[in-house]
Amino acid sequence: MDVEAAKMIGAGIAVIALMGVGVGIGNIFSTLIASIARNPAARNEVFGIGILGFALTEAVALFALLIAFLILFA
Amino acid sequence: MAGNASPTEGGFPSPVEQFHLLDIVEVNVGGLDLSFTTSAFYMMASAILVGTFLVQSTKGRHLVPTRLQSMAELSYEFIAGMVRDNVGSEGRPYFPFIFSLFMFILVGNLFGMLPFGHYTYTFTSQIIVTFAMAMAVFVGVTVIALMKHGLHFFTFFFPAGAPIYMAPLLIPIEILSYLSRPVSLSVRLFANMMAGHTMMKVFGTFVVMLGVFGVAPMLVLVALTGFEILVAILQAYVFTILTCIYLNDALHLH
Repeated sequence: MDVEAAKMIGAGIAVIALMGVGVGIGNIFSTLIASIARNPAARNEVFGIGILGFALTEAVALFALLIAFLILFA
Repeated sequence: MAGNASPTEGGFPSPVEQFHLLDIVEVNVGGLDLSFTTSAFYMMASAILVGTFLVQSTKGRHLVPTRLQSMAELSYEFIAGMVRDNVGSEGRPYFPFIFSLFMFILVGNLFGMLPFGHYTYTFTSQIIVTFAMAMAVFVGVTVIALMKHGLHFFTFFFPAGAPIYMAPLLIPIEILSYLSRPVSLSVRLFANMMAGHTMMKVFGTFVVMLGVFGVAPMLVLVALTGFEILVAILQAYVFTILTCIYLNDALHLH
Protein backbone atom coordinates (compact mmCIF):
# COMPACT_ATOMS: atom_id res chain seq x y z
CA MET A 1 0.00 0.00 0.00
CA ASP A 2 1.06 3.53 -0.71
CA VAL A 3 2.44 5.32 2.36
CA GLU A 4 0.21 8.37 1.77
CA ALA A 5 -2.90 6.19 1.54
CA ALA A 6 -1.90 4.29 4.66
CA LYS A 7 -1.45 7.60 6.49
CA MET A 8 -4.94 8.72 5.52
CA ILE A 9 -6.48 5.44 6.68
CA GLY A 10 -4.46 5.56 9.88
CA ALA A 11 -5.66 9.08 10.66
CA GLY A 12 -9.22 7.96 10.03
CA ILE A 13 -8.86 5.01 12.37
CA ALA A 14 -7.24 7.20 15.04
CA VAL A 15 -10.31 9.41 15.36
CA ILE A 16 -12.66 6.46 16.03
CA ALA A 17 -11.97 7.36 19.68
CA LEU A 18 -14.31 10.32 19.13
CA MET A 19 -17.21 7.85 19.27
CA GLY A 20 -16.62 7.25 22.96
CA VAL A 21 -16.00 10.91 23.60
CA GLY A 22 -19.31 11.82 21.95
CA VAL A 23 -21.15 9.40 24.21
CA GLY A 24 -19.23 10.74 27.22
CA ILE A 25 -19.90 14.42 26.58
CA GLY A 26 -23.56 13.72 25.84
CA ASN A 27 -23.78 11.77 29.07
CA ILE A 28 -22.18 14.59 31.08
CA PHE A 29 -24.54 17.24 29.76
CA SER A 30 -27.68 15.10 30.01
CA THR A 31 -26.83 14.37 33.63
CA LEU A 32 -26.04 18.05 34.20
CA ILE A 33 -29.41 19.11 32.79
CA ALA A 34 -31.22 16.43 34.78
CA SER A 35 -29.56 17.43 38.04
CA ILE A 36 -30.23 21.15 37.49
CA ALA A 37 -33.85 20.38 36.62
CA ARG A 38 -34.24 18.37 39.82
CA ASN A 39 -32.54 20.90 42.04
CA PRO A 40 -32.22 24.34 40.40
CA ALA A 41 -30.65 25.72 43.58
CA ALA A 42 -27.57 23.58 43.02
CA ARG A 43 -26.94 25.10 39.59
CA ASN A 44 -23.88 27.16 40.48
CA GLU A 45 -22.10 24.32 42.21
CA VAL A 46 -23.00 21.63 39.67
CA PHE A 47 -22.22 23.73 36.61
CA GLY A 48 -18.55 24.10 37.46
CA ILE A 49 -18.11 20.37 38.02
CA GLY A 50 -19.95 19.68 34.76
CA ILE A 51 -17.65 21.97 32.82
CA LEU A 52 -14.62 20.34 34.45
CA GLY A 53 -15.93 16.93 33.37
CA PHE A 54 -16.51 18.26 29.88
CA ALA A 55 -12.94 19.59 29.66
CA LEU A 56 -11.46 16.31 30.90
CA THR A 57 -13.52 14.28 28.42
CA GLU A 58 -12.80 16.66 25.59
CA ALA A 59 -9.08 16.21 26.27
CA VAL A 60 -9.46 12.54 25.30
CA ALA A 61 -10.91 13.65 21.96
CA LEU A 62 -7.95 15.94 21.50
CA PHE A 63 -5.47 13.16 22.25
CA ALA A 64 -7.03 11.22 19.35
CA LEU A 65 -7.05 14.31 17.15
CA LEU A 66 -3.41 14.94 18.04
CA ILE A 67 -2.45 11.44 16.94
CA ALA A 68 -4.37 11.96 13.69
CA PHE A 69 -2.56 15.26 13.06
CA LEU A 70 0.79 13.69 13.88
CA ILE A 71 0.12 10.89 11.39
CA LEU A 72 -0.97 13.33 8.71
CA PHE A 73 1.47 16.21 9.06
CA ALA A 74 4.48 15.31 11.20
CA MET B 1 6.94 19.83 16.73
CA ALA B 2 9.30 22.36 15.25
CA GLY B 3 11.94 21.37 12.78
CA ASN B 4 10.38 18.79 10.50
CA ALA B 5 7.28 20.70 9.41
CA SER B 6 7.16 20.78 5.64
CA PRO B 7 6.69 24.32 4.31
CA THR B 8 3.94 23.44 1.85
CA GLU B 9 1.40 20.69 1.46
CA GLY B 10 -0.27 20.61 -1.95
CA GLY B 11 0.40 24.29 -2.56
CA PHE B 12 -0.94 25.36 0.84
CA PRO B 13 1.10 26.00 3.99
CA SER B 14 1.10 23.01 6.31
CA PRO B 15 -1.20 23.47 9.35
CA VAL B 16 1.64 22.56 11.69
CA GLU B 17 3.95 25.23 10.27
CA GLN B 18 2.64 27.67 12.90
CA PHE B 19 4.51 25.72 15.60
CA HIS B 20 7.80 26.55 13.97
CA LEU B 21 9.91 28.65 16.32
CA LEU B 22 11.37 31.88 15.02
CA ASP B 23 14.67 33.08 16.44
CA ILE B 24 14.56 36.68 17.61
CA VAL B 25 18.13 36.78 18.89
CA GLU B 26 20.37 33.92 17.85
CA VAL B 27 22.59 32.68 20.64
CA ASN B 28 24.97 29.77 20.21
CA VAL B 29 26.99 28.59 23.19
CA GLY B 30 29.41 25.82 22.27
CA GLY B 31 27.10 24.19 19.74
CA LEU B 32 24.14 24.57 22.09
CA ASP B 33 21.26 26.50 20.57
CA LEU B 34 20.17 29.00 23.22
CA SER B 35 18.43 31.40 20.88
CA PHE B 36 15.86 33.83 22.21
CA THR B 37 12.81 32.52 20.37
CA THR B 38 9.23 33.68 19.92
CA SER B 39 8.24 31.19 22.62
CA ALA B 40 10.61 32.76 25.13
CA PHE B 41 9.46 36.22 24.05
CA TYR B 42 5.80 35.40 24.67
CA MET B 43 6.62 33.79 28.01
CA MET B 44 8.37 36.96 29.13
CA ALA B 45 5.59 39.11 27.68
CA SER B 46 3.03 37.05 29.58
CA ALA B 47 4.86 37.43 32.89
CA ILE B 48 5.39 41.17 32.36
CA LEU B 49 1.78 41.74 31.25
CA VAL B 50 0.34 39.91 34.26
CA GLY B 51 2.71 41.69 36.63
CA THR B 52 2.05 45.19 35.34
CA PHE B 53 -1.69 44.56 35.07
CA LEU B 54 -2.02 43.39 38.67
CA VAL B 55 0.31 46.05 40.11
CA GLN B 56 -1.11 48.96 38.12
CA SER B 57 -4.76 48.07 38.58
CA THR B 58 -4.58 47.68 42.34
CA LYS B 59 -2.28 50.65 42.89
CA GLY B 60 -5.15 53.08 43.63
CA ARG B 61 -6.65 50.79 46.30
CA HIS B 62 -10.08 52.29 45.76
CA LEU B 63 -12.79 51.23 48.15
CA VAL B 64 -15.16 51.19 45.19
CA PRO B 65 -12.99 49.47 42.57
CA THR B 66 -12.39 50.98 39.17
CA ARG B 67 -12.98 48.79 36.12
CA LEU B 68 -9.37 47.58 35.98
CA GLN B 69 -9.21 47.02 39.71
CA SER B 70 -12.40 44.96 39.69
CA MET B 71 -10.92 42.83 36.90
CA ALA B 72 -7.87 42.13 39.05
CA GLU B 73 -10.03 41.51 42.12
CA LEU B 74 -12.28 39.18 40.15
CA SER B 75 -9.39 36.97 39.04
CA TYR B 76 -7.91 37.04 42.54
CA GLU B 77 -11.17 36.06 44.18
CA PHE B 78 -11.83 33.39 41.56
CA ILE B 79 -8.59 31.59 42.36
CA ALA B 80 -8.85 32.29 46.09
CA GLY B 81 -12.30 30.68 46.07
CA MET B 82 -10.96 27.72 44.11
CA VAL B 83 -8.14 27.15 46.60
CA ARG B 84 -10.52 27.56 49.55
CA ASP B 85 -13.09 25.12 48.13
CA ASN B 86 -10.63 22.46 47.02
CA VAL B 87 -7.79 22.62 49.53
CA GLY B 88 -9.25 24.44 52.52
CA SER B 89 -7.50 26.94 54.75
CA GLU B 90 -4.29 24.91 54.74
CA GLY B 91 -3.87 25.75 51.08
CA ARG B 92 -3.46 29.47 51.70
CA PRO B 93 0.37 29.48 51.78
CA TYR B 94 0.33 28.01 48.27
CA PHE B 95 -2.14 30.54 46.87
CA PRO B 96 0.52 32.83 45.29
CA PHE B 97 1.97 29.95 43.30
CA ILE B 98 -1.43 28.74 42.09
CA PHE B 99 -2.55 32.26 41.22
CA SER B 100 0.58 33.03 39.19
CA LEU B 101 0.34 29.63 37.50
CA PHE B 102 -3.24 30.38 36.46
CA MET B 103 -2.51 33.89 35.19
CA PHE B 104 0.61 32.74 33.31
CA ILE B 105 -1.20 29.89 31.52
CA LEU B 106 -4.30 31.99 30.87
CA VAL B 107 -2.40 34.86 29.27
CA GLY B 108 -0.18 32.40 27.38
CA ASN B 109 -3.22 30.60 25.95
CA LEU B 110 -4.91 33.85 25.01
CA PHE B 111 -1.74 35.16 23.32
CA GLY B 112 -2.23 32.35 20.82
CA MET B 113 -5.47 33.96 19.69
CA LEU B 114 -3.77 37.19 18.61
CA PRO B 115 -4.11 37.57 14.83
CA PHE B 116 -0.45 38.32 14.02
CA GLY B 117 0.13 35.40 11.67
CA HIS B 118 3.61 34.04 12.01
CA TYR B 119 4.53 36.23 14.95
CA THR B 120 1.89 34.79 17.24
CA TYR B 121 3.08 31.86 19.25
CA THR B 122 1.25 29.90 21.91
CA PHE B 123 4.00 28.73 24.22
CA THR B 124 1.58 26.28 25.85
CA SER B 125 1.47 24.40 22.53
CA GLN B 126 5.02 23.23 23.27
CA ILE B 127 5.10 20.00 25.26
CA ILE B 128 8.31 20.93 27.06
CA VAL B 129 6.76 24.12 28.49
CA THR B 130 3.65 22.41 29.82
CA PHE B 131 5.69 19.42 31.01
CA ALA B 132 8.05 21.69 32.94
CA MET B 133 5.07 23.34 34.64
CA ALA B 134 3.42 19.99 35.38
CA MET B 135 6.70 18.60 36.75
CA ALA B 136 7.09 21.64 39.00
CA VAL B 137 3.60 21.00 40.37
CA PHE B 138 4.18 17.25 40.73
CA VAL B 139 7.58 17.48 42.44
CA GLY B 140 6.41 20.36 44.64
CA VAL B 141 3.29 18.52 45.74
CA THR B 142 5.21 15.32 46.48
CA VAL B 143 7.80 17.22 48.54
CA ILE B 144 5.02 18.98 50.48
CA ALA B 145 3.36 15.64 51.19
CA LEU B 146 6.63 14.03 52.32
CA MET B 147 7.46 16.99 54.56
CA LYS B 148 4.02 17.05 56.14
CA HIS B 149 3.37 13.33 56.58
CA GLY B 150 6.83 11.80 56.40
CA LEU B 151 6.75 8.07 55.70
CA HIS B 152 3.04 8.04 56.45
CA PHE B 153 2.66 9.53 52.95
CA PHE B 154 3.10 6.07 51.43
CA THR B 155 -0.25 4.92 52.84
CA PHE B 156 -1.61 7.16 50.09
CA PHE B 157 -0.94 4.32 47.67
CA PHE B 158 -3.25 1.96 49.54
CA PRO B 159 -6.86 3.18 49.80
CA ALA B 160 -8.11 2.94 53.37
CA GLY B 161 -10.76 0.28 53.93
CA ALA B 162 -9.72 -1.92 51.04
CA PRO B 163 -9.16 -5.58 51.95
CA ILE B 164 -5.49 -6.38 52.49
CA TYR B 165 -5.37 -9.20 49.92
CA MET B 166 -6.13 -6.62 47.23
CA ALA B 167 -2.83 -4.85 47.98
CA PRO B 168 -0.72 -6.53 45.25
CA LEU B 169 -3.25 -5.31 42.69
CA LEU B 170 -4.13 -1.89 44.10
CA ILE B 171 -0.70 -0.59 45.04
CA PRO B 172 0.84 -0.84 41.53
CA ILE B 173 -2.28 0.76 40.04
CA GLU B 174 -2.19 3.62 42.55
CA ILE B 175 1.54 4.18 42.02
CA LEU B 176 1.10 4.15 38.25
CA SER B 177 -1.80 6.59 38.39
CA TYR B 178 0.22 8.84 40.70
CA LEU B 179 3.22 8.81 38.37
CA SER B 180 1.10 9.46 35.29
CA ARG B 181 -0.22 12.71 36.81
CA PRO B 182 2.45 15.03 35.34
CA VAL B 183 2.09 13.35 31.94
CA SER B 184 -1.68 13.68 31.78
CA LEU B 185 -1.57 17.20 33.21
CA SER B 186 0.95 18.42 30.64
CA VAL B 187 -0.37 16.49 27.63
CA ARG B 188 -3.92 17.74 28.29
CA LEU B 189 -2.93 21.40 28.04
CA PHE B 190 -0.47 20.82 25.20
CA ALA B 191 -2.88 18.68 23.12
CA ASN B 192 -5.74 21.12 23.58
CA MET B 193 -3.67 24.06 22.42
CA MET B 194 -1.93 22.21 19.61
CA ALA B 195 -4.99 20.42 18.22
CA GLY B 196 -7.14 23.54 18.51
CA HIS B 197 -4.72 25.72 16.61
CA THR B 198 -4.08 23.05 13.97
CA MET B 199 -7.83 22.64 13.50
CA MET B 200 -8.20 26.39 12.95
CA LYS B 201 -5.45 26.35 10.32
CA VAL B 202 -7.07 23.35 8.58
CA PHE B 203 -10.39 25.19 8.37
CA GLY B 204 -8.55 28.31 7.19
CA THR B 205 -7.09 26.24 4.34
CA PHE B 206 -10.61 25.04 3.44
CA VAL B 207 -11.78 28.65 3.18
CA VAL B 208 -9.04 29.46 0.64
CA MET B 209 -9.43 26.15 -1.23
CA LEU B 210 -13.18 26.40 -1.84
CA GLY B 211 -13.20 29.92 -3.28
CA VAL B 212 -16.75 31.33 -3.23
CA PHE B 213 -18.08 28.33 -1.31
CA GLY B 214 -15.49 29.07 1.35
CA VAL B 215 -18.19 31.04 3.15
CA ALA B 216 -19.41 27.82 4.80
CA PRO B 217 -16.09 26.86 6.47
CA MET B 218 -15.60 30.58 7.18
CA LEU B 219 -18.71 30.55 9.39
CA VAL B 220 -17.43 27.43 11.11
CA LEU B 221 -14.10 29.19 11.61
CA VAL B 222 -15.80 32.14 13.32
CA ALA B 223 -17.55 29.76 15.72
CA LEU B 224 -14.28 27.87 16.17
CA THR B 225 -12.44 31.06 17.12
CA GLY B 226 -14.96 31.70 19.87
CA PHE B 227 -14.63 28.07 20.97
CA GLU B 228 -10.84 28.37 21.02
CA ILE B 229 -11.05 31.37 23.35
CA LEU B 230 -13.34 29.33 25.60
CA VAL B 231 -10.87 26.43 25.51
CA ALA B 232 -7.98 28.77 26.31
CA ILE B 233 -9.73 29.94 29.48
CA LEU B 234 -11.10 26.49 30.33
CA GLN B 235 -7.75 24.74 30.06
CA ALA B 236 -6.07 27.32 32.29
CA TYR B 237 -8.89 26.66 34.78
CA VAL B 238 -8.53 22.87 34.47
CA PHE B 239 -4.75 22.98 34.95
CA THR B 240 -5.19 25.12 38.06
CA ILE B 241 -8.03 23.12 39.59
CA LEU B 242 -6.11 19.87 39.08
CA THR B 243 -3.13 21.48 40.80
CA CYS B 244 -5.49 22.31 43.69
CA ILE B 245 -6.78 18.74 43.79
CA TYR B 246 -3.25 17.29 43.83
CA LEU B 247 -2.30 19.74 46.57
CA ASN B 248 -5.35 18.67 48.56
CA ASP B 249 -4.30 15.03 48.19
CA ALA B 250 -0.82 15.93 49.42
CA LEU B 251 -2.05 17.88 52.43
CA HIS B 252 -4.86 15.58 53.55
CA LEU B 253 -3.91 12.27 51.90
CA HIS B 254 -7.11 10.37 51.19
